[in-house]
Amino acid sequence: MRNRLKTTTIAGVAAAVLAVAMSFAVQPVEGQAGYQAERTADGRPNLNGIWQAIGTAHHDIEPHAARFGPVVELASHGAIGGGLGIVEGGEIPYRPEARAQQQENLQHWLERDPAAKCYMPGVPRATYQPYPFQLVQTPEYVLLAYEFASASRIVYMDRPDFEAPVDSWMGHNIGRWEGETLVIDVTAQVPDTWLDRSGNHHSNSIHVEERYTALSENHIMYEATITDSEVYTRPWTLRLPLYRRIDDNMQLLEYKCVEFAEELMYGHLRKDPDLTPTYRASGYGSDRQVTLEPPQ
Amino acid sequence: MNRVAGLVVLLWLLPAWPATAQQEAPAFRTAWGDPDLMGVWDFRSLTPLQRPRELAGKSVLTVEEAAAYERERVALLDKDRRTGDGLSSAGDVANAYNEFWWDYGKELTDDRRTSLVVDPPDGRIPDLTSTGQARRASRREMRRRDAWSPVDRGVAERCILGFNAGPPMNPSAYNNNVQIFQAPGYVVLLNEMVHDSRIVSLDGRGHLPGKMRQWRGDSRGRWDGDTLVVESTNFTEKTSFSGSGQAMRLVERFTRIDDGTVLYEYTVDDPDSFVSPWTVAIPMKHSDQPLFEYACHEGNYGMTNLMESARAVDAQRAVSGAQ
Repeated sequence: MRNRLKTTTIAGVAAAVLAVAMSFAVQPVEGQAGYQAERTADGRPNLNGIWQAIGTAHHDIEPHAARFGPVVELASHGAIGGGLGIVEGGEIPYRPEARAQQQENLQHWLERDPAAKCYMPGVPRATYQPYPFQLVQTPEYVLLAYEFASASRIVYMDRPDFEAPVDSWMGHNIGRWEGETLVIDVTAQVPDTWLDRSGNHHSNSIHVEERYTALSENHIMYEATITDSEVYTRPWTLRLPLYRRIDDNMQLLEYKCVEFAEELMYGHLRKDPDLTPTYRASGYGSDRQVTLEPPQ
Repeated sequence: MNRVAGLVVLLWLLPAWPATAQQEAPAFRTAWGDPDLMGVWDFRSLTPLQRPRELAGKSVLTVEEAAAYERERVALLDKDRRTGDGLSSAGDVANAYNEFWWDYGKELTDDRRTSLVVDPPDGRIPDLTSTGQARRASRREMRRRDAWSPVDRGVAERCILGFNAGPPMNPSAYNNNVQIFQAPGYVVLLNEMVHDSRIVSLDGRGHLPGKMRQWRGDSRGRWDGDTLVVESTNFTEKTSFSGSGQAMRLVERFTRIDDGTVLYEYTVDDPDSFVSPWTVAIPMKHSDQPLFEYACHEGNYGMTNLMESARAVDAQRAVSGAQ
């Protein structure tokens, strides 16, 4: 084990030296505004930080005007704001039957959206959920830790031949640097995730190539090229900027949404037909007389 | 704490850890100069959290006793053995979780301790206060009744937290591992159970406001020499570790004592719940295996089944009561 660790260290140092050399040789590579990011200790573009998308792509990645939401009581809070979309060329190149499936999904959004049940959102949806995520860079790994559902992805930066041991919700993530850009190849995703809250979907043949390129100290351009011949007629790309959360003392908080989804998923199996104790404790619901909490 | 210091000394002396570690000390540094704790660390152990009553007064086993204990425990955990039940379905259900699932390990800690608790010296978690006892009783009442709602069940069954991920971490049935990542200003503790990244900032900022309570609390870190010290507060009443409450102040210490070992120690300080603080020491071994995605909630058919059966029992009772 000691020899193996040593070898890794030496390889890491060599790679770092090479990376520094290359970064001087070929700069500026492809930072879209010619921006070259600050470097990490091992000479890579430094993308460490807490990032978040702004906009309504989490509702619908295709262009959409503002529309009604499905819950009457939420009124103007629950309606869906318009958005120009993040799909290159405007629309997702669905096969006709796959577009029909999306339309049907949209009609049944609340019952079918896997993320409403607090299932891990998959890639690329995790990126533009309306919650921050933290990117943590080490020489061997990039960790992507998402606030939503405590989802996480371990990106292997030095194991290009590591094949997915099994399908998963957040995919098998193999990363590499192309100049200024962090490129992550995402394979082996389960078919159960969606791309947004509008029923946009994929199969388990989905292959995502993500590209993260710093535009400035506080902006990353995020691109994902999606290939899935079972669902789309050609590969297509979505693109949106990510913004650094520069708030004082910014940190990821918990968004352990399982408890928020339990009523939706198991409410019909409750002993008490009234609201759950959790809802009552929050002050929502009409009847706060009955308590299911144990005596203190 | 003397006992912990003793453990460190003992580990240095063991032949499996040659004295080359000192020469390699610089290797335990990150490129930006922090002590390097990165890697996948395996904390499974046959050593129980608390010293079994029958071993009272005996903190360490001899080599022979340890070997016998390990053999006995491994045999006991072997669910595939048939113990007079023939091949009945009840026997199959009882054996459903067999050696394929259980991953307690096959060895005690290297120093052959009889408990992971190192303080108090009797190896036992101190008594609960009256508040702690009342909390435990009310939790037991919730667990005992037939799942009125998912909230009655434990946080691990609900897939909100892993049963061994804490904080604090503790060896349990399986997936006893944590991957540590570091970047300037941060240490991240990612437990396979349940894909939870605990992001610990090292910049000296204060804890969250007291009214913000989190399932895993709120962690802050600092370096004490080569040791990472993580202090967590802001816990909730919804989680409980061996009887702890939301007032728990948890201090964890991570020390890389050689190439292949991080010594993980934690102290539970919760005067609301326990009559005195207590400390645990667990050596975590380097693993070259990757973490898998433990998609717990996504596959939690168990909760649906458990709730359905609880309502079926209700219905049966209603029928028999009506007759």
